[in-house]
Amino acid sequence: MSITTRERREMPVQSEDDVILVRRAVRALAEQTGFDSFASAALTTAASELTRNIWVHARKGVAILEAVENEARVGVRVTFHDEGPGIADVDRVLAGGYSTARSMGLGLSGSRRLVDDFSLQTTVGEGTTVEIVKWKSY
Amino acid sequence: MSGIIPILRLGDVLLTTVHVELRDAVAEAFQTDVLSAIERSRAAGLIIDISGLDMVDSYVARILAETGRMARLMGTETVLCGMRPEVSATLVRMGFPMGTVQTALDLDEGLALLKGANGG
Repeated sequence: MSITTRERREMPVQSEDDVILVRRAVRALAEQTGFDSFASAALTTAASELTRNIWVHARKGVAILEAVENEARVGVRVTFHDEGPGIADVDRVLAGGYSTARSMGLGLSGSRRLVDDFSLQTTVGEGTTVEIVKWKSY
Repeated sequence: MSGIIPILRLGDVLLTTVHVELRDAVAEAFQTDVLSAIERSRAAGLIIDISGLDMVDSYVARILAETGRMARLMGTETVLCGMRPEVSATLVRMGFPMGTVQTALDLDEGLALLKGANGG
């Protein structure tokens, strides 16, 4: 099914404050889309993890927030993009428990469990792009 | 002591309510503030009320779980109170291990739990 974007907003991630700003914007978009409080919290938490990943590992990147719809549902898609170091051992990181100084290594693996669609593209030395989608349930 | 998050003393229990959106730096300062307050007050118990938090990500969860473990090493029992259902569901789905930190539905239950733990 094809996904159409109804609304799009790009936010810079280059400070710790941006982590908070992105998280607030994601929550606002989730609520505006009609998510219940559990779905909002799940999406906001995933966004917090992934935005923090940009800040901690790449120092600079963007978060793109979109209100999306397909033939059946409405939802929120957030894309996190950075041109940082990339991830060498993707399988290990996605399995969870790969610990960095600032998390329990649950950033990627945990976020994946909180959303409906999750995709990760990464190249060492070039950067990382993570796309998540959460759909509104009826 | 940074004092951004107040820590109150109630008898031999320290009570702190986390209601602000925790920035990383605030979360770390909170941890050291709590441990220093335990040392000064020689409190038997510590209650961290998180009913005001509508989102707890793995970073903040780690700070909270660690603070509980650190307090225990010092000889003080910690109870995490008032976790919202959305927060609890999110942490479990992420697979976050809250470890050995005790939890209670609200402040009353938290105090009762500490009273029981200290035999009186």
